[in-house]
Amino acid sequence: MSAWIELTAAEAVAKLRAREVGARELFEAYRERAAADDLNAYTWVADGAPDPIPGPDTRLAGLPLAVKDLFCTIGIPSQAGSKILKGYRPPYTATVVDKLLTAGATLLGKTNQDEFAMGSSTENSAFGPVLNPWDRRRVPGGSSGGSAAAVAAGIAPWAIGTDTGGSIRQPAALCGIVGLKPTYGACSRYGMIAFASSLDQAGPLTRDVTDAALLLSHMVGHDPRDSTSIAMPEPITVPTAEDLNGIRLGIPEELLGGGAEDGTGIEPGVRASFEAALKLAEGLGATVDTCRLPHAPHALSAYYLIAPAEASANLARYDGVRFGLRVAGDADLETMYGRTRGEGFGPEVKRRIMLGTYALSSGYYDAYYGAAQKVRTKIAEDFAAVFSEFHFVVTPTSPWTAFELGAKTDDPLAMYLNDFCTVPMPLAGIPAISIPSGLSDGLPVGFQLAGPAFSENRLLDAAYALERAIGFDAREARSA
Amino acid sequence: MLHVAKLARLQLDEDELQKMAVELSAVLDHVDRIRELDLEQVEPTSHAVDLAGVMRADQPIPCLDRDAVLAAAPEPVDGGFGVPSPGPSGE
Repeated sequence: MSAWIELTAAEAVAKLRAREVGARELFEAYRERAAADDLNAYTWVADGAPDPIPGPDTRLAGLPLAVKDLFCTIGIPSQAGSKILKGYRPPYTATVVDKLLTAGATLLGKTNQDEFAMGSSTENSAFGPVLNPWDRRRVPGGSSGGSAAAVAAGIAPWAIGTDTGGSIRQPAALCGIVGLKPTYGACSRYGMIAFASSLDQAGPLTRDVTDAALLLSHMVGHDPRDSTSIAMPEPITVPTAEDLNGIRLGIPEELLGGGAEDGTGIEPGVRASFEAALKLAEGLGATVDTCRLPHAPHALSAYYLIAPAEASANLARYDGVRFGLRVAGDADLETMYGRTRGEGFGPEVKRRIMLGTYALSSGYYDAYYGAAQKVRTKIAEDFAAVFSEFHFVVTPTSPWTAFELGAKTDDPLAMYLNDFCTVPMPLAGIPAISIPSGLSDGLPVGFQLAGPAFSENRLLDAAYALERAIGFDAREARSA
Repeated sequence: MLHVAKLARLQLDEDELQKMAVELSAVLDHVDRIRELDLEQVEPTSHAVDLAGVMRADQPIPCLDRDAVLAAAPEPVDGGFGVPSPGPSGE
């Protein structure tokens, strides 16, 4: 059976459809691996295959799928990494999950994450941290760290996650897999437990670019239940590009500093891998030049005002009344709210609620939240100007490779700098993909490409051509 | 800090408040840099994708089942959500 585990999701779907392997047999092989998960990647694993299981004539032919715990799944724990939602079993399923199950996917398990998707290491989970399969002393990135680790370790064929400021792309980078954040609105947010509603997007975490395209093709679409969702102008297609002839790649000067004032923020090994990938891109026919995103250095500030502000409003719903934890005793209503939230939320979520509440409070609104929304306009304008000359913007996905557990937990700002290269894209609502570009000291490095809104097919094509040239070997992470 | 915690309905103990004051001031020092920008003439963006006047047909559709919703409530009472007394202040 281990030979089946080595297949990519697209290959496995082909074998299932050709009846070379049964869906139940493949599900059970993955379920055994997921149940034996020693990375803490899962917070819930299915007891067995669904009955009946989708047949070989369905589009995804019964292939198992791991789902970030931020997605609501009817009757199945959906806890968003939080104590305040411990044991919560929602009465409905997220549209994106529903679409995938309708296409013939089977739910293998729910994956661990930073609480309410707030974090870059999956250390902020009430269910304990996730370990990186490349080195178990290190973090898998976050917030979709469980999904990324499960795919990298081969205990899931593929997974879905969510990205608000980098939560798909950064863990994909740190775990040596592919992660794609679609254009804002491409996937419905219905049933996705809300963090920052103007930024949150669902997307695939997969072993390769072809799998990302296949998974995404079944996720996108307008949903009457999410009025911000938009029909893609064209269906997502499986990429086939073999070269990058005529493609112009722009390297934003402002992001290469990686957030450090002296421009040394990006680790030398990450920079070397990034530059080697650019050489390969040139070999495939791309032209590479520097470009300017003048407001990109302010993206992190804008993000850490807008996202907490929206979170402080979204998380007001956890008040011990309709679902989740209640800590009451003989307290009155107001005290019950405070106690429930004080005990139910972890430190990072409390920090962001406080920051967001402050940024929205009377007398500070214009100076913080209002200013951040104006910066957002400037960032979108910067990208529009770059895309008039370049097809894609390219950066390292994360300034660093996977760091050791605990290395950044005492310094929230250092943790936030993880997102330096990934936050500008969601602020502008544009799609971006991270693919592995190689190893630095034995740890994976991510290469990010970002394109204009709804350029997913071109982005996937470029990433596919580059992926083939790079030839990243991820087998080591699956062998442990 | 206490005022913001009250606005956010968060009960924090003394240690948490002190630690958070230090951490948040570091974050605020960083985000304060956006004040260097001249944003006077810039329109704010609340939504990255250009969408306007999104309306659906004003027709009733089935909603979630009451019992299924109440099954997740910490203290359902008589087919509704139970809450403690608003307290003497009645705010």
